[in-house]
Amino acid sequence: MSHLLEVKGLEASYGPTKVLHGLDFSLDKGGVTTILGANGAGKTTTLRAISGMVTRKGSIALDGAELTNLQTSDITRKGIAHVPEGRGTFVRMSAEDNLRLGSYSRSDKAGIAEDMERVYNYFPILKQRRNQQAGTLSGGEAQMLAVGRALMLQPKLLLLDEPSFGLAPLIVQELFEILKKINVQEGVSMLLVEQNASLALDLADHAYLLETGNIVISGTSESILENETVRRSYLGY
Amino acid sequence: MATDVETRLDSRLTVGEKIPVKLVIPVIVIGAIIPFVLGGYATFQGTLIMIYAIAILGLNLLTGFNGQFSLGHSAFYAIGAYTAAILVYHLDWPVYVTIPIGGVVCFFAGFLFGLPALRLEGLYLALATFALGVAVPQILKSSHLEGLTGGVQGLDVFRPDVPAFLVDNFGLTMDQWWYLIVFVVMLLMFWVAWNLINSRTGRAMMAIRDNPIAARSMGVNASLYKSLTFGVSAFYTGIAGAMAAIIIEFVAPDSFTFQLSILLFIGMVVGGTTSIWGAVFGGMFILLIPNFAEEISTGLSYAIFGVILILVIYVMPSGFAGLVNLLRARIKKIM
Amino acid sequence: MDLFLQQILTGIANGAIYACLALAVVMIYQAIDHFNFAQGEMAMFSTYICWAMIAGGVPYWLAFFATIVVSFVGGLAIERIIFKPLHNAPVLSHVVVFIGLIAIFNSSAGAIWDHNIKTFPSPFPSGSFGGLIGLHEVGMFFVTLILLLGIFCFFRFTRVGMAMQAAAANPDSAELVGIRVGWMLALGWGLAAAIGAVAGMMIAPIVFLDPNMMLGILLYGFAAAIVGGITSPGGAVAGGFLVGIIENLVGTYIPAIGSELKLTVALVLIVTVLLFKPNGLFGKTIVTRV
Repeated sequence: MSHLLEVKGLEASYGPTKVLHGLDFSLDKGGVTTILGANGAGKTTTLRAISGMVTRKGSIALDGAELTNLQTSDITRKGIAHVPEGRGTFVRMSAEDNLRLGSYSRSDKAGIAEDMERVYNYFPILKQRRNQQAGTLSGGEAQMLAVGRALMLQPKLLLLDEPSFGLAPLIVQELFEILKKINVQEGVSMLLVEQNASLALDLADHAYLLETGNIVISGTSESILENETVRRSYLGY
Repeated sequence: MATDVETRLDSRLTVGEKIPVKLVIPVIVIGAIIPFVLGGYATFQGTLIMIYAIAILGLNLLTGFNGQFSLGHSAFYAIGAYTAAILVYHLDWPVYVTIPIGGVVCFFAGFLFGLPALRLEGLYLALATFALGVAVPQILKSSHLEGLTGGVQGLDVFRPDVPAFLVDNFGLTMDQWWYLIVFVVMLLMFWVAWNLINSRTGRAMMAIRDNPIAARSMGVNASLYKSLTFGVSAFYTGIAGAMAAIIIEFVAPDSFTFQLSILLFIGMVVGGTTSIWGAVFGGMFILLIPNFAEEISTGLSYAIFGVILILVIYVMPSGFAGLVNLLRARIKKIM
Repeated sequence: MDLFLQQILTGIANGAIYACLALAVVMIYQAIDHFNFAQGEMAMFSTYICWAMIAGGVPYWLAFFATIVVSFVGGLAIERIIFKPLHNAPVLSHVVVFIGLIAIFNSSAGAIWDHNIKTFPSPFPSGSFGGLIGLHEVGMFFVTLILLLGIFCFFRFTRVGMAMQAAAANPDSAELVGIRVGWMLALGWGLAAAIGAVAGMMIAPIVFLDPNMMLGILLYGFAAAIVGGITSPGGAVAGGFLVGIIENLVGTYIPAIGSELKLTVALVLIVTVLLFKPNGLFGKTIVTRV
């Protein structure tokens, strides 16, 4: 398999505080990769650095094309859809307008309509809620809307920042099943950040363990599952 | 964001900060020498700068530390000034006494205004305070109150002579004497503000600014603190107004228009919101720069002032105090 | 009773002016999530540009539309040149920059075109509607309505309009769907300047042209926008008429107040309204789940 995303020496900082200290990693085309780590390890920052939402140094290449000098909207247009922490829906607009904005950078009307239907197929509840203000959706619905909006971009890579956050276990299960389906059917690669390590390893085929801004362990999900440190610290058995 | 950086470096977030005595004492010494070195006019201007600084600090307590926007502080400045003027003109009270009274009257005015203003936030509060700023000079002008306020003509304020022993022993002039009084009052007001900000009350004020809901749920009585802050803020501005009336020996409604509110606001931002000493720099800016612009070109003086203003914000988006904080952090890093 | 009707109609006529400006205020608020305090002075400056063109022999409508275009470009340029570098500065610093802009426009208009009051032509026929309200006011009313409709459609039905709203409401998320937020802000400034120009050119025949023409009116415009609800263009227009009517009735019927305290009382009334309806009369209470 060839690499979709190639990250080298990635550093990121908020003001005077450096958060990432030179990460090297890569994502496979069509694969699901997860970044595990404790709170404050730099997981969210890694995603934000890829999307150009923090000050960063190093090299990030998508299909060999360098992204480091682009601003967020242009990175998005290259095919990286970021579902941010806290969902980031446009709360005062209807669910459908949110999806429509997801396709903002595209101009193929027929394709957009088709994709809208596809999103509604993955998340039937959104179709019921299409005219409802996004701010009034439940946490699960809002998360589905955020993922749906990201899909409207027809991304090559989906960045998911704690999609399970604050959701009931049953909803989380449903959401992850749909994510799996999307990965298989659409061939979208995913980079997943999760607190819930067993859930993440279940979906992912590759994993990186991040500690205070450095990658300490990497490998296939199976090998990570068997790793003693990971088991004790992040899986609890 | 620039503000984030500033907050993180903000020493006030570490509790129990002590006054940096090593820095403050030389400043006090220099401040006290100035009237004896510079001429009468410069001394007079210095006095006005300090008065502005007190008013700006008042506004800053409200806006910078408590997050409430005000475009109406010219009203409190006017109330302080007129309180002093009316007491002196009509009742022959000694001028020195009228200064704290002007402050206290403003405290109550501010507190009472703060109560209805509790329901308003952001822009809406800005409009309400703006209404206050527009209303007060008009009310002062009103023919119904002419007997008390002197109407458009205003009132004269007579200053007593400098105490004889000071003139005999030190040859103190009127300008020097009042410079020193205002200087002492300013130091006192700054000291009080410092203690307020570094107290439980100050932390409650800032908590309300940063996250009102969280502050409430931690048991901070947000309504009370907000109204009280309004009162304290008006108190500062009222003291400044009263002293201004005495220094200038005259009050008239047109000295307290909405433009004064804007000037104070500019002084606050240029000096640095959430900074106490920045207010002095703000005071200098709003007194000296308009004069400077006038000297360059009379016809275009406002335009020049506007350009200077924008350039200043370019160079120091978080005000003078923000710039100094940033430089200090840089220097610390290098060392 | 006749006096009452007359005062109401005068109020509506004045109100049309305020409505026009309030609309411009709301428009830029939606686009940049900020009040543009310099809007009045920008509109005044635009109106001078139009005046200069007409004085130079350009036909009215050509000058009218040329001014709109020039203002649009000017607004765009102000955002790109002045505000873009200050993107990360605190909001209060932005307000100071607005004040700086006000000073610059006001002062340079005076320096370029002197301070004498000038008459400004109306595109509408002179005369009045049944002796009650001038035809210019009626024309202005319809221009305001057309603008309102145009703005509504722009925000509701166009891709760019929606993107502008999204960029103002949640810039981070907007970038994440590929919206170039910086350019949306610039566009918002351009549109606001263009609408302001229309407002200025409609108002100038009534209040005459001078560098300070907007100061008083803009206050009413802001007040109208806030009373109507800053999130609602329709509310702003309604608020404009309301403020116009209140202002006139107060001045006429409360003798102690007269014209001397008219502004004060109008403002106090507005603040009172806000105390009971903190989001304005027609503003949305934004529902958000925590």
